[in-house]
Amino acid sequence: MCDVRFPASRAELAALAVGDEVTLSGEFYTARDATHARLTELLERDGVLPFDLAGATLFYAGPTPPRAGRPAGAIGPTTAKRMDAWTPQLLSAGIVAMIGKGARSQDVADACAATGSVYFAAVGGAAALLARHVTSMEPVAWPELGAEALFLVTLDRLPAFVAIDARGEDLYAAARREWRS
Amino acid sequence: MLDRTALTEAIYRAVGEAAVTLRPDVRIALASALETEPSERGCSIMRQLLENADIAAADDVPLCQDTGTAWVRLTLGVDERIPGDIQHLADEAVARAYADFGLRMSTVQDALLDRTNAGDNTPAFVSIELRPGRGARVEVMLKGGGSDNASALEMLPPSAGIEGVREFVMRTVEAKATGACPPLLVGVAVGGTFDTVAGLAKKALLRRIGTEAENPTAAGIESDLLEAINATGIGPAGLGGRTTALAVHLVTAPCHIAALPVAVNLGCCAVRSAIVEIA
Repeated sequence: MCDVRFPASRAELAALAVGDEVTLSGEFYTARDATHARLTELLERDGVLPFDLAGATLFYAGPTPPRAGRPAGAIGPTTAKRMDAWTPQLLSAGIVAMIGKGARSQDVADACAATGSVYFAAVGGAAALLARHVTSMEPVAWPELGAEALFLVTLDRLPAFVAIDARGEDLYAAARREWRS
Repeated sequence: MLDRTALTEAIYRAVGEAAVTLRPDVRIALASALETEPSERGCSIMRQLLENADIAAADDVPLCQDTGTAWVRLTLGVDERIPGDIQHLADEAVARAYADFGLRMSTVQDALLDRTNAGDNTPAFVSIELRPGRGARVEVMLKGGGSDNASALEMLPPSAGIEGVREFVMRTVEAKATGACPPLLVGVAVGGTFDTVAGLAKKALLRRIGTEAENPTAAGIESDLLEAINATGIGPAGLGGRTTALAVHLVTAPCHIAALPVAVNLGCCAVRSAIVEIA
Protein backbone atom coordinates (compact mmCIF):
# COMPACT_ATOMS: atom_id res chain seq x y z
CA MET A 1 0.00 0.00 0.00
CA CYS A 2 1.31 3.42 -0.99
CA ASP A 3 2.01 6.02 1.71
CA VAL A 4 1.41 9.58 0.51
CA ARG A 5 3.33 12.33 2.31
CA PHE A 6 1.89 15.79 2.90
CA PRO A 7 2.23 18.57 2.05
CA ALA A 8 2.03 16.96 -1.39
CA SER A 9 2.42 18.66 -4.73
CA ARG A 10 -0.28 18.40 -7.39
CA ALA A 11 2.25 16.50 -9.53
CA GLU A 12 2.54 13.86 -6.80
CA LEU A 13 -1.24 13.71 -6.38
CA ALA A 14 -1.70 13.20 -10.13
CA ALA A 15 -0.04 9.78 -9.76
CA LEU A 16 -2.95 8.52 -7.65
CA ALA A 17 -5.90 6.76 -9.28
CA VAL A 18 -9.47 6.54 -8.08
CA GLY A 19 -9.99 3.46 -5.85
CA ASP A 20 -6.35 3.27 -4.68
CA GLU A 21 -6.06 2.18 -1.05
CA VAL A 22 -3.40 4.42 0.48
CA THR A 23 -2.09 5.70 3.79
CA LEU A 24 -1.68 9.41 4.51
CA SER A 25 1.21 10.91 6.48
CA GLY A 26 2.47 14.39 7.28
CA GLU A 27 0.68 17.69 7.84
CA PHE A 28 -3.05 18.39 7.48
CA TYR A 29 -5.46 21.07 8.71
CA THR A 30 -8.81 20.21 10.29
CA ALA A 31 -11.73 22.18 8.90
CA ARG A 32 -15.47 21.73 9.21
CA ASP A 33 -18.49 23.90 8.39
CA ALA A 34 -17.80 26.91 10.62
CA THR A 35 -14.10 26.85 9.68
CA HIS A 36 -14.94 26.78 5.97
CA ALA A 37 -17.20 29.80 6.35
CA ARG A 38 -14.39 31.75 8.02
CA LEU A 39 -11.66 30.62 5.61
CA THR A 40 -13.79 31.64 2.66
CA GLU A 41 -14.61 35.00 4.21
CA LEU A 42 -10.90 35.77 4.67
CA LEU A 43 -10.10 34.49 1.18
CA GLU A 44 -12.71 36.79 -0.33
CA ARG A 45 -11.48 39.75 1.73
CA ASP A 46 -7.73 39.30 1.14
CA GLY A 47 -7.60 37.42 -2.15
CA VAL A 48 -5.34 34.73 -0.66
CA LEU A 49 -5.85 31.84 1.77
CA PRO A 50 -5.12 32.78 5.40
CA PHE A 51 -2.52 31.01 7.59
CA ASP A 52 -0.37 30.20 4.56
CA LEU A 53 -2.74 27.41 3.57
CA ALA A 54 -1.85 27.38 -0.14
CA GLY A 55 -0.64 23.85 -0.88
CA ALA A 56 -2.33 22.45 2.25
CA THR A 57 -4.73 19.54 2.63
CA LEU A 58 -7.93 19.85 4.68
CA PHE A 59 -9.13 17.06 6.96
CA TYR A 60 -12.89 17.40 7.49
CA ALA A 61 -12.83 16.45 11.14
CA GLY A 62 -13.67 17.66 14.61
CA PRO A 63 -11.78 15.56 17.17
CA THR A 64 -12.74 14.56 20.69
CA PRO A 65 -10.44 15.86 23.47
CA PRO A 66 -7.06 14.23 24.24
CA ARG A 67 -7.36 10.82 25.92
CA ALA A 68 -5.43 7.56 26.38
CA GLY A 69 -2.18 9.50 25.94
CA ARG A 70 -3.17 10.59 22.44
CA PRO A 71 -3.63 14.11 21.03
CA ALA A 72 -7.27 13.20 20.26
CA GLY A 73 -9.20 10.34 21.82
CA ALA A 74 -11.08 9.85 18.58
CA ILE A 75 -10.87 11.56 15.20
CA GLY A 76 -12.53 10.72 11.93
CA PRO A 77 -13.98 12.17 8.76
CA THR A 78 -17.21 14.14 8.75
CA THR A 79 -19.68 14.22 5.85
CA ALA A 80 -17.89 15.97 3.01
CA LYS A 81 -21.02 17.01 1.09
CA ARG A 82 -21.62 19.81 3.57
CA MET A 83 -18.35 21.45 2.42
CA ASP A 84 -19.25 21.20 -1.29
CA ALA A 85 -20.46 24.78 -1.57
CA TRP A 86 -17.07 26.16 -0.46
CA THR A 87 -14.77 23.58 -2.06
CA PRO A 88 -14.29 24.76 -5.68
CA GLN A 89 -13.27 28.22 -4.46
CA LEU A 90 -10.79 26.78 -1.94
CA LEU A 91 -9.25 24.42 -4.52
CA SER A 92 -8.80 27.33 -6.93
CA ALA A 93 -7.07 29.27 -4.15
CA GLY A 94 -4.55 26.50 -3.47
CA ILE A 95 -5.96 23.74 -1.26
CA VAL A 96 -4.71 20.58 -3.01
CA ALA A 97 -6.57 17.74 -1.29
CA MET A 98 -9.26 16.87 1.24
CA ILE A 99 -10.06 13.98 3.57
CA GLY A 100 -13.70 13.30 4.37
CA LYS A 101 -16.45 10.76 3.92
CA GLY A 102 -19.34 10.33 1.55
CA ALA A 103 -20.14 11.31 -2.02
CA ARG A 104 -19.52 14.85 -3.35
CA SER A 105 -21.31 17.01 -5.90
CA GLN A 106 -20.41 16.99 -9.58
CA ASP A 107 -19.10 20.55 -9.06
CA VAL A 108 -16.47 19.21 -6.66
CA ALA A 109 -15.42 16.42 -9.04
CA ASP A 110 -15.15 19.01 -11.83
CA ALA A 111 -13.11 21.31 -9.59
CA CYS A 112 -10.75 18.42 -8.75
CA ALA A 113 -10.24 17.82 -12.47
CA ALA A 114 -9.78 21.51 -13.22
CA THR A 115 -7.20 22.09 -10.48
CA GLY A 116 -5.62 18.61 -10.19
CA SER A 117 -6.85 18.11 -6.63
CA VAL A 118 -7.77 14.89 -4.82
CA TYR A 119 -10.51 13.86 -2.38
CA PHE A 120 -9.63 11.02 0.00
CA ALA A 121 -12.27 9.02 1.87
CA ALA A 122 -11.45 7.69 5.32
CA VAL A 123 -13.78 5.27 7.09
CA GLY A 124 -16.51 6.93 9.13
CA GLY A 125 -17.15 5.13 12.40
CA ALA A 126 -13.51 4.05 12.84
CA ALA A 127 -12.35 7.09 14.83
CA ALA A 128 -10.71 5.23 17.71
CA LEU A 129 -8.57 3.36 15.19
CA LEU A 130 -7.84 6.49 13.14
CA ALA A 131 -6.79 8.40 16.28
CA ARG A 132 -3.89 5.95 16.70
CA HIS A 133 -2.48 7.48 13.49
CA VAL A 134 -2.40 11.03 14.89
CA THR A 135 0.99 12.05 16.26
CA SER A 136 0.24 15.67 17.13
CA MET A 137 -2.45 18.34 17.07
CA GLU A 138 -1.64 22.04 17.33
CA PRO A 139 -4.30 24.76 17.46
CA VAL A 140 -3.86 27.29 14.64
CA ALA A 141 -6.92 29.52 14.94
CA TRP A 142 -10.41 30.06 16.30
CA PRO A 143 -10.32 28.10 19.58
CA GLU A 144 -13.78 29.51 20.36
CA LEU A 145 -15.16 27.12 17.75
CA GLY A 146 -14.29 24.18 20.03
CA ALA A 147 -14.10 20.99 17.97
CA GLU A 148 -14.48 23.12 14.83
CA ALA A 149 -11.30 25.11 15.46
CA LEU A 150 -8.52 25.05 12.86
CA PHE A 151 -5.87 22.54 14.01
CA LEU A 152 -2.61 21.51 12.38
CA VAL A 153 -2.69 17.73 12.66
CA THR A 154 0.21 15.41 11.95
CA LEU A 155 -0.72 11.95 10.73
CA ASP A 156 1.27 8.77 10.49
CA ARG A 157 -0.13 6.34 7.89
CA LEU A 158 -3.82 7.03 8.25
CA PRO A 159 -5.74 4.50 6.08
CA ALA A 160 -7.84 6.02 3.27
CA PHE A 161 -9.07 5.54 -0.30
CA VAL A 162 -8.73 7.83 -3.31
CA ALA A 163 -12.39 8.78 -3.76
CA ILE A 164 -12.01 11.50 -6.44
CA ASP A 165 -8.73 11.62 -8.31
CA ALA A 166 -7.00 14.52 -10.04
CA ARG A 167 -8.88 13.70 -13.26
CA GLY A 168 -12.24 14.03 -11.51
CA GLU A 169 -13.01 10.28 -11.52
CA ASP A 170 -15.42 9.50 -8.68
CA LEU A 171 -15.21 6.25 -6.69
CA TYR A 172 -18.75 6.56 -5.28
CA ALA A 173 -20.24 6.57 -8.77
CA ALA A 174 -17.90 3.84 -10.03
CA ALA A 175 -18.60 1.61 -7.02
CA ARG A 176 -22.34 1.89 -7.59
CA ARG A 177 -21.95 0.89 -11.24
CA GLU A 178 -19.80 -2.07 -10.22
CA TRP A 179 -21.90 -3.40 -7.34
CA ARG A 180 -25.52 -2.55 -8.14
CA SER A 181 -27.49 -5.72 -8.85
CA MET B 1 -39.99 7.53 44.83
CA LEU B 2 -37.64 7.33 41.85
CA ASP B 3 -34.49 8.72 43.31
CA ARG B 4 -33.14 11.80 41.55
CA THR B 5 -29.58 10.58 42.03
CA ALA B 6 -30.38 7.13 40.61
CA LEU B 7 -31.90 8.64 37.45
CA THR B 8 -29.00 11.05 37.00
CA GLU B 9 -26.42 8.31 37.46
CA ALA B 10 -28.26 5.97 35.08
CA ILE B 11 -28.19 8.61 32.31
CA TYR B 12 -24.54 9.38 33.06
CA ARG B 13 -23.52 5.72 32.86
CA ALA B 14 -25.58 5.07 29.73
CA VAL B 15 -23.90 7.99 27.91
CA GLY B 16 -20.43 6.65 28.75
CA GLU B 17 -21.27 3.10 27.75
CA ALA B 18 -22.94 4.11 24.48
CA ALA B 19 -20.00 6.30 23.42
CA VAL B 20 -17.29 3.71 24.00
CA THR B 21 -18.84 0.24 23.59
CA LEU B 22 -20.04 -1.04 20.24
CA ARG B 23 -23.49 -2.56 20.67
CA PRO B 24 -23.09 -6.36 20.82
CA ASP B 25 -25.82 -6.85 18.19
CA VAL B 26 -24.01 -4.48 15.80
CA ARG B 27 -20.72 -6.30 16.33
CA ILE B 28 -22.35 -9.67 15.59
CA ALA B 29 -24.07 -8.29 12.48
CA LEU B 30 -20.79 -6.75 11.19
CA ALA B 31 -18.87 -9.97 11.79
CA SER B 32 -21.54 -11.93 9.97
CA ALA B 33 -21.60 -9.46 7.03
CA LEU B 34 -17.82 -9.82 6.75
CA GLU B 35 -18.37 -13.52 5.97
CA THR B 36 -20.63 -12.81 3.00
CA GLU B 37 -19.43 -9.46 1.58
CA PRO B 38 -17.94 -10.08 -1.88
CA SER B 39 -16.21 -6.68 -2.19
CA GLU B 40 -12.61 -6.80 -0.94
CA ARG B 41 -12.74 -3.06 -0.24
CA GLY B 42 -15.97 -3.57 1.69
CA CYS B 43 -14.33 -6.30 3.79
CA SER B 44 -11.31 -4.12 4.47
CA ILE B 45 -13.65 -1.38 5.75
CA MET B 46 -15.63 -3.73 7.98
CA ARG B 47 -12.41 -5.14 9.43
CA GLN B 48 -11.46 -1.54 10.32
CA LEU B 49 -14.83 -1.13 12.04
CA LEU B 50 -14.42 -4.29 14.13
CA GLU B 51 -10.84 -3.39 15.04
CA ASN B 52 -12.09 0.10 15.92
CA ALA B 53 -14.50 -1.40 18.45
CA ASP B 54 -11.66 -3.35 20.08
CA ILE B 55 -9.47 -0.24 20.27
CA ALA B 56 -12.24 1.92 21.71
CA ALA B 57 -12.91 -0.65 24.43
CA ALA B 58 -9.21 -1.25 25.20
CA ASP B 59 -8.28 2.45 25.32
CA ASP B 60 -11.58 3.70 26.76
CA VAL B 61 -12.02 6.22 23.94
CA PRO B 62 -15.13 7.03 21.87
CA LEU B 63 -15.99 4.76 18.92
CA CYS B 64 -16.60 7.85 16.79
CA GLN B 65 -15.43 11.45 17.12
CA ASP B 66 -19.01 12.60 16.59
CA THR B 67 -20.39 11.75 19.99
CA GLY B 68 -23.63 13.32 18.90
CA THR B 69 -26.57 14.90 20.58
CA ALA B 70 -27.81 12.97 23.58
CA TRP B 71 -31.29 11.57 23.10
CA VAL B 72 -32.59 10.40 26.47
CA ARG B 73 -35.73 8.29 26.51
CA LEU B 74 -37.17 7.69 29.94
CA THR B 75 -39.87 5.07 30.49
CA LEU B 76 -41.17 5.71 33.97
CA GLY B 77 -43.31 3.41 36.13
CA VAL B 78 -46.68 5.05 36.82
CA ASP B 79 -46.62 3.94 40.47
CA GLU B 80 -43.48 5.94 41.16
CA ARG B 81 -43.23 9.46 42.48
CA ILE B 82 -41.10 11.23 39.95
CA PRO B 83 -38.68 14.15 40.41
CA GLY B 84 -40.10 17.25 38.76
CA ASP B 85 -36.87 18.61 37.32
CA ILE B 86 -36.23 15.85 34.80
CA GLN B 87 -34.88 18.15 32.08
CA HIS B 88 -32.48 19.69 34.55
CA LEU B 89 -31.22 16.37 35.91
CA ALA B 90 -30.78 14.99 32.36
CA ASP B 91 -28.79 18.10 31.34
CA GLU B 92 -26.64 17.75 34.44
CA ALA B 93 -25.95 14.06 33.69
CA VAL B 94 -25.16 14.74 30.04
CA ALA B 95 -22.84 17.67 30.75
CA ARG B 96 -20.91 15.70 33.36
CA ALA B 97 -20.68 12.55 31.21
CA TYR B 98 -19.45 14.48 28.14
CA ALA B 99 -16.72 16.11 30.22
CA ASP B 100 -15.69 12.98 32.17
CA PHE B 101 -15.66 10.52 29.26
CA GLY B 102 -13.80 12.88 26.90
CA LEU B 103 -16.67 13.26 24.42
CA ARG B 104 -17.01 15.99 21.83
CA MET B 105 -19.20 18.99 22.55
CA SER B 106 -21.39 19.11 19.47
CA THR B 107 -24.40 21.29 20.24
CA VAL B 108 -24.84 24.98 19.39
CA GLN B 109 -26.94 27.43 21.40
CA ASP B 110 -29.50 28.00 18.68
CA ALA B 111 -29.80 26.50 15.20
CA LEU B 112 -30.44 29.80 13.45
CA LEU B 113 -29.85 32.73 15.79
CA ASP B 114 -26.73 31.79 17.74
CA ARG B 115 -24.48 29.00 16.50
CA THR B 116 -21.94 29.32 19.31
CA ASN B 117 -21.00 26.00 20.86
CA ALA B 118 -22.99 25.32 24.03
CA GLY B 119 -19.77 23.98 25.57
CA ASP B 120 -21.35 21.14 27.55
CA ASN B 121 -23.42 19.32 24.90
CA THR B 122 -26.71 20.30 26.50
CA PRO B 123 -29.61 20.29 26.17
CA ALA B 124 -30.35 16.60 26.47
CA PHE B 125 -33.18 15.77 24.06
CA VAL B 126 -35.55 14.11 26.50
CA SER B 127 -38.67 12.10 25.80
CA ILE B 128 -40.82 10.63 28.53
CA GLU B 129 -43.12 7.64 28.36
CA LEU B 130 -44.96 5.77 31.07
CA ARG B 131 -45.35 2.07 31.81
CA PRO B 132 -47.30 0.13 34.44
CA GLY B 133 -45.72 -0.59 37.81
CA ARG B 134 -42.59 0.72 39.41
CA GLY B 135 -39.04 1.49 38.39
CA ALA B 136 -37.80 3.05 35.17
CA ARG B 137 -35.93 2.29 32.02
CA VAL B 138 -33.33 4.78 30.79
CA GLU B 139 -32.39 4.55 27.12
CA VAL B 140 -29.76 6.83 25.69
CA MET B 141 -28.84 7.27 22.05
CA LEU B 142 -25.93 9.45 20.97
CA LYS B 143 -26.91 10.44 17.46
CA GLY B 144 -24.21 11.67 15.12
CA GLY B 145 -24.89 14.60 12.81
CA GLY B 146 -23.99 12.72 9.64
CA SER B 147 -26.56 10.01 10.20
CA ASP B 148 -29.25 12.24 11.68
CA ASN B 149 -28.94 14.61 8.71
CA ALA B 150 -29.50 11.56 6.51
CA SER B 151 -33.10 11.36 7.61
CA ALA B 152 -36.34 12.30 5.91
CA LEU B 153 -40.05 12.60 6.55
CA GLU B 154 -42.97 12.69 4.16
CA MET B 155 -46.74 12.87 4.60
CA LEU B 156 -47.83 10.43 1.90
CA PRO B 157 -51.44 10.05 0.78
CA PRO B 158 -52.98 6.75 1.96
CA SER B 159 -53.26 5.68 -1.70
CA ALA B 160 -49.45 5.45 -1.84
CA GLY B 161 -49.66 2.32 0.33
CA ILE B 162 -46.77 -0.06 0.97
CA GLU B 163 -45.32 0.68 -2.47
CA GLY B 164 -45.19 4.42 -1.67
CA VAL B 165 -43.46 3.72 1.63
CA ARG B 166 -40.94 1.47 -0.06
CA GLU B 167 -40.24 4.04 -2.77
CA PHE B 168 -39.71 6.78 -0.15
CA VAL B 169 -37.33 4.62 1.91
CA MET B 170 -35.29 3.69 -1.17
CA ARG B 171 -35.13 7.30 -2.36
CA THR B 172 -33.87 8.42 1.05
CA VAL B 173 -31.24 5.68 1.26
CA GLU B 174 -30.05 6.21 -2.34
CA ALA B 175 -29.65 9.95 -1.79
CA LYS B 176 -28.17 10.01 1.68
CA ALA B 177 -26.50 6.71 2.61
CA THR B 178 -22.90 7.48 1.66
CA GLY B 179 -22.63 10.30 4.19
CA ALA B 180 -24.30 8.31 6.98
CA CYS B 181 -21.48 5.79 7.51
CA PRO B 182 -22.85 2.52 6.12
CA PRO B 183 -23.35 -0.36 6.90
CA LEU B 184 -26.53 1.23 8.24
CA LEU B 185 -29.28 0.38 10.64
CA VAL B 186 -32.35 1.79 8.88
CA GLY B 187 -35.17 2.99 11.13
CA VAL B 188 -38.52 3.35 9.37
CA ALA B 189 -41.74 4.56 10.98
CA VAL B 190 -45.16 4.66 9.37
CA GLY B 191 -48.08 6.26 11.17
CA GLY B 192 -48.69 8.63 14.05
CA THR B 193 -48.65 12.35 13.31
CA PHE B 194 -46.19 14.71 11.61
CA ASP B 195 -44.33 15.29 14.88
CA THR B 196 -44.40 11.75 16.29
CA VAL B 197 -43.43 9.75 13.20
CA ALA B 198 -39.84 11.03 13.26
CA GLY B 199 -39.43 10.02 16.91
CA LEU B 200 -40.78 6.56 16.14
CA ALA B 201 -38.21 6.12 13.34
CA LYS B 202 -35.45 6.97 15.80
CA LYS B 203 -36.94 4.67 18.42
CA ALA B 204 -36.78 1.84 15.85
CA LEU B 205 -32.97 2.05 16.07
CA LEU B 206 -33.07 1.00 19.73
CA ARG B 207 -34.36 -2.46 18.82
CA ARG B 208 -31.59 -5.04 18.78
CA ILE B 209 -30.53 -6.34 15.36
CA GLY B 210 -31.56 -9.97 15.01
CA THR B 211 -34.84 -9.58 16.90
CA GLU B 212 -37.95 -10.18 14.81
CA ALA B 213 -40.67 -7.59 14.31
CA GLU B 214 -43.74 -8.63 16.27
CA ASN B 215 -46.06 -8.44 13.27
CA PRO B 216 -45.22 -10.98 10.51
CA THR B 217 -46.27 -8.59 7.73
CA ALA B 218 -43.94 -5.93 9.18
CA ALA B 219 -41.15 -8.54 9.34
CA GLY B 220 -41.72 -9.29 5.65
CA ILE B 221 -41.54 -5.60 4.72
CA GLU B 222 -38.31 -5.29 6.72
CA SER B 223 -36.64 -8.16 4.88
CA ASP B 224 -37.83 -6.95 1.46
CA LEU B 225 -36.47 -3.46 2.16
CA LEU B 226 -33.16 -4.86 3.42
CA GLU B 227 -32.76 -6.88 0.24
CA ALA B 228 -33.52 -3.85 -1.94
CA ILE B 229 -31.13 -1.61 0.03
CA ASN B 230 -28.33 -4.16 -0.23
CA ALA B 231 -28.88 -4.41 -3.98
CA THR B 232 -28.07 -0.71 -4.46
CA GLY B 233 -24.34 -1.45 -4.44
CA ILE B 234 -23.63 1.46 -2.06
CA GLY B 235 -21.77 -0.87 0.31
CA PRO B 236 -19.59 -0.29 3.40
CA ALA B 237 -18.55 3.38 3.70
CA GLY B 238 -20.44 3.93 0.42
CA LEU B 239 -17.42 2.60 -1.48
CA GLY B 240 -19.14 -0.36 -3.10
CA GLY B 241 -20.42 -3.75 -2.03
CA ARG B 242 -23.47 -5.66 -0.90
CA THR B 243 -23.53 -4.64 2.76
CA THR B 244 -25.25 -1.25 2.68
CA ALA B 245 -27.46 -2.04 5.69
CA LEU B 246 -27.26 -4.54 8.51
CA ALA B 247 -30.99 -4.38 9.22
CA VAL B 248 -34.21 -2.46 8.61
CA HIS B 249 -36.43 -1.87 11.64
CA LEU B 250 -40.03 -0.87 11.00
CA VAL B 251 -42.42 0.66 13.54
CA THR B 252 -46.07 1.24 12.64
CA ALA B 253 -48.73 3.23 14.48
CA PRO B 254 -52.34 4.47 14.19
CA CYS B 255 -52.91 7.63 12.17
CA HIS B 256 -55.55 9.97 10.69
CA ILE B 257 -57.82 8.57 7.94
CA ALA B 258 -56.28 11.05 5.50
CA ALA B 259 -52.66 10.28 6.40
CA LEU B 260 -49.77 7.95 5.72
CA PRO B 261 -46.87 9.62 7.54
CA VAL B 262 -43.50 7.99 6.90
CA ALA B 263 -40.09 8.79 8.37
CA VAL B 264 -36.64 7.32 7.88
CA ASN B 265 -33.87 7.76 10.46
CA LEU B 266 -30.54 6.24 9.52
CA GLY B 267 -28.33 4.67 12.16
CA CYS B 268 -24.61 4.56 11.33
CA CYS B 269 -22.23 1.58 11.64
CA ALA B 270 -21.38 2.86 15.12
CA VAL B 271 -25.03 3.39 16.11
CA ARG B 272 -24.71 4.17 19.79
CA SER B 273 -27.27 3.40 22.40
CA ALA B 274 -27.40 1.91 25.87
CA ILE B 275 -30.11 0.86 28.29
CA VAL B 276 -30.05 1.03 32.07
CA GLU B 277 -32.93 -0.41 34.13
CA ILE B 278 -33.74 1.05 37.54
CA ALA B 279 -35.60 -1.43 39.73
